[in-house]
Amino acid sequence: MNGPTHERTDAPTHGGAGAAPQPPVFVGVERQRLDAILAKYPTKAAALLPALWIVQEKHGWISPQGMAEVAEVLGLTAAYVKGVVTFYTMYHQHPVGRHFVQVCTTTPCNVCGAERVGEAFLKATGAKRYGETSPDGQWTVVEVECLGACGFATPVMINDEFIESVTAESVPALVARYR
Amino acid sequence: MGYPHPIHPRETPVLSRHFGEAEARSHAGWVQRGGYRALEKALGMTREQVIEEVKASGLRGRGGAGFPAGVKWSFMPKQKTKAHYLCCNADESEPGTFKDREIMRWTPHALIEGCAIAAYAIQAEQVYIYIRGEFTEPIQVMQAALDEAYAGGILGANAMGKGVRIDITIHRGAGAYICGEETALMNSIEGKRGNPRIRPPFPAAVGVFGCPTTINNVETLSSVPHIIEKGAAWYKGLCLSNPKSTGTKLFSICGAIAKPGNYEVTMGFPLKELLYDVAGGMRPGRKLKAVIPGGSSVPILTAAEAEETLLDYEGCVAKGTMLGSGGMIVLDDTTDMVYQVMRLARFYAHESCAQCTQCREGTAWTVKILQRLLNGEGRKEDLDLLLDLSEQMTGRTICVLSDSCAAPVVSAIRKFPEEFDAYVRRGRPAAST
Repeated sequence: MNGPTHERTDAPTHGGAGAAPQPPVFVGVERQRLDAILAKYPTKAAALLPALWIVQEKHGWISPQGMAEVAEVLGLTAAYVKGVVTFYTMYHQHPVGRHFVQVCTTTPCNVCGAERVGEAFLKATGAKRYGETSPDGQWTVVEVECLGACGFATPVMINDEFIESVTAESVPALVARYR
Repeated sequence: MGYPHPIHPRETPVLSRHFGEAEARSHAGWVQRGGYRALEKALGMTREQVIEEVKASGLRGRGGAGFPAGVKWSFMPKQKTKAHYLCCNADESEPGTFKDREIMRWTPHALIEGCAIAAYAIQAEQVYIYIRGEFTEPIQVMQAALDEAYAGGILGANAMGKGVRIDITIHRGAGAYICGEETALMNSIEGKRGNPRIRPPFPAAVGVFGCPTTINNVETLSSVPHIIEKGAAWYKGLCLSNPKSTGTKLFSICGAIAKPGNYEVTMGFPLKELLYDVAGGMRPGRKLKAVIPGGSSVPILTAAEAEETLLDYEGCVAKGTMLGSGGMIVLDDTTDMVYQVMRLARFYAHESCAQCTQCREGTAWTVKILQRLLNGEGRKEDLDLLLDLSEQMTGRTICVLSDSCAAPVVSAIRKFPEEFDAYVRRGRPAAST
């Protein structure tokens, strides 16, 4: 495969303003991390999901530029990488609040009051609706399908922290802890 | 044990005995509890002997399908002409199921040991444990245990000093229920969209990276060390009903239940006793309405049916449902069945990979029609329409996600028709006319 072209003049932007260019991710330590990952798989493409995780860890989301960089280091096309990014719900394709809150509202949690937990998060964070970042840029709250901790209703993820047994009543204190 | 509750006298804690014990997570703590003796023993047996022992135990896949694990291993080529792989399915995403999470975060070395034994049996040098992306804590615990296992010489180029190479790598998912489907999982490891593949070829012939692959669930693999150590006859003896269902099973009980948690009982245990005796019964003042016994993808049981069900593969089939993953969703008399079925359908619509028309369109329309009913805009014909749609969604697609959406919808309409009829009769709410 030839090296993909990834320089676009019409790179999509979010929020209206032109996105500031991001420094490359895979230099120094991150490049070493990627090389260690590549050693565990027989193909370069298999490092795609781990590489995308590293980009999101550095920048908070995966921009078109981030996808292009991953494409280049793994010998893929940017279009292919975008196809993969858009398949998986945990990769952010646009910037999100400093704290990203995922509230499980699938049936087992739903019958335990999960929707009230979600509403309590919207109220406590000032985010107007699910998926919309709060005016202060700090919080994005989303409803998520089954987090796999149904016996601990309602499980909530705040960034990488997995919190069990959240109730509508316990939300304000939880939010205060992150402020 | 019914973590987070103490062991109930009626449980048979094999996999869950050490849940909640922080020391069991460390290599030293695990060895103290008898860990890695089974791996040592297995590496002294021939590969065929290991497979025969697992076959004889009757262990069946705990992820949902219930396929005999030893038989699956025996499908791998005997003559190795290219790399063999073992994949461990830790993408636990089936609503109602949370057992693998507990296995990984409390007894990570049990899973490592099971993976190593299985890898040896099928001549795989590389194991990938595919853990769903949201399981941040299990991923950390598993990685720490793997680091210790490498440092302790259990894994690597000379595993246990026996001259066998066994490497284990964690592959983190990124949010996709469908990646729990075995071929979608393999595509995801390869760095692709998680679309299920058409079979044949089956994974034992063409799996991950085009090579022979076996894929087993976390609970299945974690059961293997016990079978190797205590013997197939012991495992086979753990059986209360049908001899085709052996061993213990972790049941994740959740929803409207007094003591939600993971309870481990012998196969064939009566569902009624598990609910009322072991898991504390219903919440005060509530009555049982329905149970979805095997994760959200199986037909719903009414309270009466559930109370007669024996919990093994055959016992569930006898009641028109499936044991599935053992994720048991309990619904009480305050549950709006139409609303909760819509929520389940919404789950499947959200998680459809959209390859197959019946699934992509079927799941989405199921949600729309159910929502129309809930909004008071439903028509009498909508129930037949839902049943017809569900039939079109069953048995016609590459994987069973579409069937999984249809199962709860069809069973809810058949078993709770009055609730659906009530929404039809209620009609458009006065405010919006």
